[in-house]
Amino acid sequence: MHHFLGLDYNVWWFLVFGAVISGYAILDGFDLGAGSLHLFLKKESSRRIAMNAIGPIWDGNEVWLVIGGGALFAGFPVAYAAIFSAFYVPFMIFLVGLIFRAVSIEFRSKEPWLWWRKAWDIVYCVASIVISLSLGLMLGNVVEGLPLNGNKEFSGDLLSFFNPFAVMVAITTLALFMMHGAIFLTMKTENRLFVKLHVLANNFIVFFVVSFTITTVYTLLYIPHLGDFFRSRPQYFAIPLLMILAIANIPRQVKVGKYRFAFISSTITISLLLIMVALEVFPYLLYSPQHPENSITIYNAASSIRTMKILLVMALVGTPLVGIYTSFVFWTFKGKVKLDEMSY
Amino acid sequence: MDVEILARVQFAFTIGFHYIYPPLSIGLGLMLVILEGLYLRTGQRIYEMAVRFWIRIFALIFGIGVATGIIMEFEFGTNWATYSKYVGDIFGSALAAEGIFAFALESGFLGILIFGWNRVGPRIHFFSTIMVFLGSMFSAVWIVVANSWQQTPAGYHIVGEGLNARAEITDFWAMVFNPSSVDRILHVWTGAILAGAFLVLSVNAWYLLHRKHVEIARPTFKISLLVVTVFSLLQLFIGDRSAEVVAHYQPAKLAAMEGHFDSSAIADMYILGYVDKKAEKTNGLKIPGGLSFLTYGSFKTPVTGLRAFKPEDRPSQVNSVFQFYHLMVASGVAMIFLSLLGCWLWWRKKLFNYRWLLWVYALSVLLPQIANQAGWFTAEMGRQPWVVYGMLRTSDALSRAVTANQIVFSLILFTIVYIVLFTLFLFLLNRKIQHGPVDYGTKEEIESGQRRDNPLLEHHGVQG
Ligand code: HDD
Ligand code: HEM
Ligand code: HEM
Repeated sequence: MHHFLGLDYNVWWFLVFGAVISGYAILDGFDLGAGSLHLFLKKESSRRIAMNAIGPIWDGNEVWLVIGGGALFAGFPVAYAAIFSAFYVPFMIFLVGLIFRAVSIEFRSKEPWLWWRKAWDIVYCVASIVISLSLGLMLGNVVEGLPLNGNKEFSGDLLSFFNPFAVMVAITTLALFMMHGAIFLTMKTENRLFVKLHVLANNFIVFFVVSFTITTVYTLLYIPHLGDFFRSRPQYFAIPLLMILAIANIPRQVKVGKYRFAFISSTITISLLLIMVALEVFPYLLYSPQHPENSITIYNAASSIRTMKILLVMALVGTPLVGIYTSFVFWTFKGKVKLDEMSY
Repeated sequence: MDVEILARVQFAFTIGFHYIYPPLSIGLGLMLVILEGLYLRTGQRIYEMAVRFWIRIFALIFGIGVATGIIMEFEFGTNWATYSKYVGDIFGSALAAEGIFAFALESGFLGILIFGWNRVGPRIHFFSTIMVFLGSMFSAVWIVVANSWQQTPAGYHIVGEGLNARAEITDFWAMVFNPSSVDRILHVWTGAILAGAFLVLSVNAWYLLHRKHVEIARPTFKISLLVVTVFSLLQLFIGDRSAEVVAHYQPAKLAAMEGHFDSSAIADMYILGYVDKKAEKTNGLKIPGGLSFLTYGSFKTPVTGLRAFKPEDRPSQVNSVFQFYHLMVASGVAMIFLSLLGCWLWWRKKLFNYRWLLWVYALSVLLPQIANQAGWFTAEMGRQPWVVYGMLRTSDALSRAVTANQIVFSLILFTIVYIVLFTLFLFLLNRKIQHGPVDYGTKEEIESGQRRDNPLLEHHGVQG
């Protein structure tokens, strides 16, 4: 039998892949957000504290991207091949962003000169923004679908990536991460910096709510088929509803100073957003609007059943392990940032 | 230029650049474990200073290793889409295993390794150091398994035909333990340990030359000398095993490595030489029958030569394969020579007496780097014209959706970015080395507020 607990392996692996991507968005989301708002912090000491807040954990967060890449390659190689060769140019820009971000965190602290630090601050912030925007842009395009030919290869052109919907998704992603990151930083800071971040968090909440609303309205008006799933299954309306509650809860918690709850709410927001995306696209991994028969689905892109089984075993063994040491590291560095001689 | 050449150049360039750093991380990881272990055992401050100094260098190297590694993870999809579809079933699982079992372990504990010195107890810190080291060793395992499968496929069957053909796993463990994996992993590990240990050796040689941090440099130099001696000798045997595997499973590669053309002739082993591909002849300084001896244990047995293969099935760059192979072996022999010389002088109590020799040690960090790069170029160029040996040709493995212009764009982008990165890396590494180990003060001193924050910063008047 090709089923496991009532679902077939392809669906299971789709769920695992979705979980990894959500994990990535939640975890790297806050440190990308913290990076994107970096230049709003003006003092050298504030910037240093903000960077050290993510210092010990950002690398572990980024591993989720690597695992996601591996998960897609392993479970749905056809989709891995099509998606990354289609997004060649935006993806290369995304990767260069990742390179510069990684090294700016590392390099900034290595010299005491102010000009050196200021320069890396700019690189760090710009790279974080570029990464968030390009992630959002690619997500937007995946949701809308891409032109594919009979070999399931991309047949469109570069400019088509910059359509209004994808651009809006990109901006919303940036806003979401900035909000998420600002809330994270409030939990890690004290005194004046903390007050500043509290104000910033409120501003980014507004930024996110506005861009999210515009994107939603645009989708409903111009790309109505994206709502099909929910229109045909009204009981699932609970999900967007829950999400709206989660979003509404964020400013409430920030106002009363319960940042941890605000952070949990923004985490839930991210997960629910991605669950909605998953429900809308399922069972497609890459939809081809002009030629639906060329679309890539979780069935025609999949590895063999045997590989899927192996992968599920790996996920079952690996995930708890990763969970244990990730929690251990987060626990070690919990609380407000303290600087010492090994800090960035 | 055509897409194939560009994609190959791009792959070689990006992986070659990536491969500067992971071996250093693996090797330094071992050195950190040794030094920290010594610190815990003896409680001596010099070891503490040494560990903390090398942790900082490790962080720098690791950062660039990660940044360049992420490119690699996706380059299969961007540039080698057909290949990715063909091997996804097999290759993907190795890559996924690498992410979940190795990288997560490594990057998780890295935070504690770098930032945790004053936050966790010494034992937990030591444990984290070991975990980071093990994580980096594991990441080498999975990626080398994937590559070894490309070299000596096993545990699979082919389904579909033409464009839709792909390999599917039939036996996971046969795939993992394909005929070349074990030997190649051992070889790669040893090469990586040499890279890290020689870095420690050479930096300490430099300190001794400049009479800086002498009380730390002397013991650390000796420890790394022991490590390089053990592993450079080991590498000779492990490398020989790798060569046997090649002889058995990839005869065309072996023939290219020694520039051997005629299957009916006994095969020589060259010390130095040049392959004339047109004339199908190799000239140079040689041990007659050497390759026959290494392969079959007899100087008289003929070895399969390149002429036994159709021209389109031979590696196209025979001379390069030959040269890279000989460069690797020569560097390996040089490392053995340097380590044995060091041990002998140590025994005669004259280890630090010769300045010129210390200079040689200071430069010796290049040897393992050369050997590592040359070894991979041998393995990968010798595998041509196949991506998956005997099954899928490199020219069929490309992404058909990607144009030459796009690759040129990304190639230029990466060239600029990597030149910038490499310059900054050398600059910062040099500054760190110049600055040297620092006494951060004891825990009591820090807790009582006598010492705070980063001494480097305070020294420059920057308020942290
Ligand atoms: C410090 C590094 C180092 C040193 C001293 C050596 N090698 Fe090596 N060699 C490597 C680092 C390396 C490597 C980078 O790790 C490679 C690349 C691919 C691989 O599996 O290992 C490699 C590949 C490689 C291959 C090709 C394997 C294949 O194509 O699958 C052979 C035949 C040898 N080596 C043999 C030797 C011999 C006989 C040596 C004698 C001293 C030697 N190596 C020293
Ligand atoms: C034999 C060749 C390779 C070895 C031994 C190796 C090993 C390593 C190691 C030890 C690291 C940790 C970072 C560091 O220590 O600097 C690393 C990073 C990385 N490598 Fe490689 N690698 C090799 C080739 C590749 C290839 C071909 C890929 C592409 C799939 C790749 C993908 C990555 C990724 C994604 C990272 C970043 C992981 C992280 O975030 O921690 N590597 N590699
Ligand atoms: C880390 C050290 C490595 C180096 C220096 C290296 C070097 C190279 C070089 C020089 C080429 C181009 C060969 C040619 O066109 O003549 C190549 C190609 C390639 N290598 Fe490697 N390689 C390394 C590791 C790996 C690993 C670990 C993998 C897979 C897991 C891998 C997979 C490939 C693939 C798919 C190609 C492209 C197709 C081809 O040209 O054969 N390489 N590599």
